[in-house]
Amino acid sequence: MSHRSDSAGGGLYPEEWSRPTAFRNRWVRLGVYLSVLAFFVYSIWEIRVTPDRLLVGIEGARTLLSSMFPPDFGLSFEGGGISVERNAELIRTGVVESLGMSVVATVVGVLVSVPIAFMAAENMVPRPVYYVGRVVVSVSRAFHVLVVAIIAVVAVGFGPLAGTLAMVFSTPGFFAKLLAEDLEDIDRTELDAIRSTGASRTQVILYGVVPQVLPRVIGLTIYRWDINIRAATIIGIVGAGGIGSTLYSSFQRYEYDFSLAIVLVIVAIVMVGEGVSAYARRRVQ
Amino acid sequence: MAGELTEWNRYDSRDHLIRYLAVLGTIVAFLVSWRLLEVNYEFAATAPREVSDLLSRMYPPDAAYSGEIAAPLVETVSIAILGTTLAFVIAIPTAYLGAENTTPNAITYAIGKFIISFTRSVNVIIWALVFVIVFGPGALAGAFAVGFRSIGFLGKLIAEEIEEIDPVPVRAMRATGANAFTVALYGIVPQVKPALIGLATYRWDINVRESTVIGFVGAGGIGLALDGRIDAHDWNAVLTILVAILLIVLVSEVVSAYLRSKAR
Amino acid sequence: MLHVTELSKTYPTGDEALKEVSMEVDGDETLAIIGPSGAGKSTLIACINRLVEPTSGTVVLDGTEITALSGSRLRAARREMGMIFQEYGLVDRLTVMENVLSGRLGYVSNWQAFRRNFPADDVRMAYETLDRVGLGGFEDQRADELSGGQRQRVGIARAILQQPKILLVDEPTSSLDPETSRTVMELLTEIASEEGIPVLINIHEIGLAVEYADRIVGLADGRLVFEGSPAELDEGSMDLIYRDGEAAEESESTPDRPEAVGDVPST
Repeated sequence: MSHRSDSAGGGLYPEEWSRPTAFRNRWVRLGVYLSVLAFFVYSIWEIRVTPDRLLVGIEGARTLLSSMFPPDFGLSFEGGGISVERNAELIRTGVVESLGMSVVATVVGVLVSVPIAFMAAENMVPRPVYYVGRVVVSVSRAFHVLVVAIIAVVAVGFGPLAGTLAMVFSTPGFFAKLLAEDLEDIDRTELDAIRSTGASRTQVILYGVVPQVLPRVIGLTIYRWDINIRAATIIGIVGAGGIGSTLYSSFQRYEYDFSLAIVLVIVAIVMVGEGVSAYARRRVQ
Repeated sequence: MAGELTEWNRYDSRDHLIRYLAVLGTIVAFLVSWRLLEVNYEFAATAPREVSDLLSRMYPPDAAYSGEIAAPLVETVSIAILGTTLAFVIAIPTAYLGAENTTPNAITYAIGKFIISFTRSVNVIIWALVFVIVFGPGALAGAFAVGFRSIGFLGKLIAEEIEEIDPVPVRAMRATGANAFTVALYGIVPQVKPALIGLATYRWDINVRESTVIGFVGAGGIGLALDGRIDAHDWNAVLTILVAILLIVLVSEVVSAYLRSKAR
Repeated sequence: MLHVTELSKTYPTGDEALKEVSMEVDGDETLAIIGPSGAGKSTLIACINRLVEPTSGTVVLDGTEITALSGSRLRAARREMGMIFQEYGLVDRLTVMENVLSGRLGYVSNWQAFRRNFPADDVRMAYETLDRVGLGGFEDQRADELSGGQRQRVGIARAILQQPKILLVDEPTSSLDPETSRTVMELLTEIASEEGIPVLINIHEIGLAVEYADRIVGLADGRLVFEGSPAELDEGSMDLIYRDGEAAEESESTPDRPEAVGDVPST
């Protein structure tokens, strides 16, 4: 190091020091910083963030909030009893449909994803199959469930079938990806032991692999169900069934107090789902 | 010895029973849900054909259209950047409230936790619906939607980082006579910086994906173009857009992974 | 030089860590503070530069009453006191050089600190000090890439860079192996004589204290119970310091046997 030779040269120490950088050199670092900054500035310009637009937003938020409160759950408490009105009924049917979609999509999605997971695990299948598996996983992951849903609506029409299909399509991107990682970490010695008994590939998978990954499969299924519940509450916004459809039409009709009620119901469902899923996964492991 | 054996058997059979019930429960839940959806069986049966039909109409992608989607594509990335930045700015004070070792009192802690879980629980598309009403249609509403959606995610993870700060270097910096700013600059920032950069770029990556859908409700980005092409039954252009989404998502994944590898 | 008068500290939990401790340090002497865990050794050190706020009593350094200061004047006073920590107190993700230069934080502007743009004299002194503690050439390494002994020497270099009037050292060796412990103790006493400043060392290992200190102070249960030269530390005074059973065991530990790394300071 140059500083050392300086000091050895006669007790003279350098008077400058600059921090070493994680990038190849300072210019690369400068380049990365500048391009991040440039894109950021461009973004502000592109989106036309201006003070008056933000001011308009404050006014808009004020009006929206005042028309949202109090939330209208469709329940009235007059005369001591609770009477259920149209909105409450809409929320109930929407929620039920969302939950139904989430269950069906999880079961079908997992059934589809398990073989894909094997395909996407390097140590389970021949190379070409592995590549196909990885591509399926990547494509499934890259598309937001709503993008898939909007296409599914075009293909099979409005309603829960489209939403369910969309969630099924999105499942391998999560489920098969994580399960494949587990399959790749599997204990080889156990498999070799079974193979040495003369077992076929299917038998090895059945007796060697399945017992090792079953708890993980159950855990991931519960986790995926949690994710699907979230998706099922919003997927109706593009017409693919569930409470989201109700939410969207409430916005279209400017019934913002009803909208808020639906959003609160969705938040409650998501939170309960998260809690139940976390508890169940702890129990399984 | 024999007693132990029966004990084990009993446990085993109970285990089996639980498994059996779980499988049965899942099947029942599936069937009940299937009935609830009132799926038209004709539709369900023809679904595979409909899907392949649509796909064949989409192919080949409309190459000529690809020039037109450059702008919405860039806008999608911009929305993700501004949204992530906005979320980051709001998430830091939120994390400060939501971290056990920095929050002033129990009430502020509860407020921090509430902001974190509420913003996370409301999907980006719902935030988009709200902000389109607030700001009018366009990318600004999209940036706010993406931003608000990300507050909880960033706030929660930043709070965890804050809770894990090693207090000794902070004491050491105070002992040198440094002021509050330089104590934070040398004692705290280096401890949390890599995590913050990592979280921000990771969330930006997620947000690129989220920004592809907010256009469905008018909040800008490539989703708007996709919605428009679908309405126009311009299936070849739809496929072009889908390919573009795939590319932009994969590219941002690579960029985000690179930036994260540099933050240590 | 340093006058500590009737210093007491009661923690909010009701734990009385220090009970009216008075002592003086002067010249370039090495003063070892010994005592069992929980005797208040770390609290005493931290009360001197007020990282821990004393409940009552005064600390006077070179005519300045530290206990009467606040804000920027307290920070200015802290610059005069170099502190070395048991767990080193290094910022792991910063380079060795940044850790050493952080000893000058009390002297530079926020902007200079942010830009890592320290005055030429500071940088030169940092290089020189690194050489002096045997870490020349390590400036660009990250602190977490170093061994325990090296890390402690970075901590010492940082304290030297403050050009302090006194060194406050909190259990410098309890995370180190016996051999490294001796190197660190030698370095500390060397600095004391070269810089002509006193060094106040909390230390667990009696053997090291006897070997390196000019004077020893014994704390037990927050009270000062012994003061004298290493030669004066006889069995009777040892009993006084390490009264209870748990402590008796500690008194037997010699420098050949490293103390448990997990030992928690009394604060």
